[in-house]
Amino acid sequence: MKLIIAIINPFKLEEVRDALAAAGVQGMTISEVRGFGRQKGQTEIYRGAEYTTSFVPKVRIELVVPDGQAASAIEAIQQTAGTGTIGDGKIFLLDVAQAIRIRTGELNEDAI
Amino acid sequence: MSLTKATFFSWRALAALLLLLVPGVAFAQDAAAAAPTVDKGDTAWMMVSTILVMMMILPGLALFYGGLARTKNMLSVMTQVGAAAAITMLVWVGWGYTETFGDDGNAFIGGFGKALLKGVTPASTSATFSAGVAIPEYVFICFQMTFAAITLALVLGSVVERIKFSAVLVFGVVWLTLVYFPIAHMVWAGGGLFFSMTPAALDFAGGTVVHINSGVSALVACLILGKRIGYPREPMPPHSLVMTGIGTGLLWVGWFGFNAGSALEANGSAALAMINTFVATAAAGMVWLLAERLSGRKPSALGFCSGIVAGLVAVTPAAGNSGPLGAIVLGAIAAVVCYLAVTFLKPKLGYDDALDTFGIHGVGGIVGALGTGIVYSAAFGGPSPDGWSMSAQLVTQLLTVGGTVLWAAIGTAIAIFVARLLTGLRVAPDVEREGLDLGEHGERAYNH
Repeated sequence: MKLIIAIINPFKLEEVRDALAAAGVQGMTISEVRGFGRQKGQTEIYRGAEYTTSFVPKVRIELVVPDGQAASAIEAIQQTAGTGTIGDGKIFLLDVAQAIRIRTGELNEDAI
Repeated sequence: MSLTKATFFSWRALAALLLLLVPGVAFAQDAAAAAPTVDKGDTAWMMVSTILVMMMILPGLALFYGGLARTKNMLSVMTQVGAAAAITMLVWVGWGYTETFGDDGNAFIGGFGKALLKGVTPASTSATFSAGVAIPEYVFICFQMTFAAITLALVLGSVVERIKFSAVLVFGVVWLTLVYFPIAHMVWAGGGLFFSMTPAALDFAGGTVVHINSGVSALVACLILGKRIGYPREPMPPHSLVMTGIGTGLLWVGWFGFNAGSALEANGSAALAMINTFVATAAAGMVWLLAERLSGRKPSALGFCSGIVAGLVAVTPAAGNSGPLGAIVLGAIAAVVCYLAVTFLKPKLGYDDALDTFGIHGVGGIVGALGTGIVYSAAFGGPSPDGWSMSAQLVTQLLTVGGTVLWAAIGTAIAIFVARLLTGLRVAPDVEREGLDLGEHGERAYNH
């Protein structure tokens, strides 16, 4: 099993979700996060007081898939989340030791 | 319908009966002096004006200020504004009205014969600006009460996010007594220092009494209190410009009661104040946006709101003392000067006037007070009488501004030190970091 963590632009979330569903992904968890990479944030000015917001709002997607599905899921994310500009985000791939469904106690691929 | 009619007739019958019973009293009044006419139209307008000013405070100023504060201090700002207004009303009945407008006073304060509103009845009247025309004294008392209340609430704009709630209450009572009531007396009451000058000081609706006074007091208060922790290194952006925008709208609408109500009658003078309160404000809002554009910035929502308030402040002394074109120029100039004050002067001098009470009310008030001495001229479309001298008027305006600045600064310093002595003045650093909503009031503004 693999854990895929993707940091993407918030306005791309629905497109990415649809593409992942089409690729057979059964579920995912998302959270609203802030961070920075090459995109450095914006400047806000209130009555002359300038504030540079150094963190940009992003959405983090986490999903666990069987080993065989990881490549297609990653491709789905990269295809739909990209705009060709900085700030499109990143995808990380990690190994998962175990998965457990709380309701039934099923393990690993049966649980995801 | 028929019930109302019957009630009406029975009241009339009762009144006629009373008149028959006390003919002596009625004749005695006639003989003494022609009793002033109390017009129902004037009375109704002044009642409406009074509650419009009340609306400027709650929720107007509370939302305007609250939106500019940070999320963690929203309730604290709203509560401080509301409590400042409420305590002013109680003090006003106690000794504020008589200290300001009581008979037999001197140049600085009124006499204390009307403490606790002694002797005021529904039949008592207060003179207006037209000979022989009066309004019920209770209406005048209420109208002036709301002015005192909003002025104290305005002062708090510089000290929010760090002053203790208890300190606000102590400071408020002392400040009203030492600063507001005397200045209002000096400018507005017969026999007052600036009112008695030749020519008399021009302050139609409180540019000096309310705005210069609150602005300068706010500056002195925040200088003594000190900066907020982290200012100016940490970002402290307004938490909701939507609320500030709503508050701005309520302030502008309420200001028609403030300015046009200051005519004390529903007449042409009130109408002049009304149009000036529209157009000076419109000019100031647009010019602030223009000033932002010309300094290479975007025309901002907060800039628009700030321009509106700066225009309202500047037109306050000029409301019934200027033609509409003069008011437009005055509003435009005030917007530029206030823009420069909050954008460049404040960061340069480094004082932490949290919500820019000095930068907008103090600075805009001074522009308005001096400008009123110019736009009053008939040459610019103002209502100046024949033989009026602009230079003499400007001398009076300057002396009034100078006297107010000095009095407000000294009185505020005393009031703040009394509050420090009795309450400690400032919240503990951990309360300030966590926010005054939790630390001082035990609540959160937003529970998502």
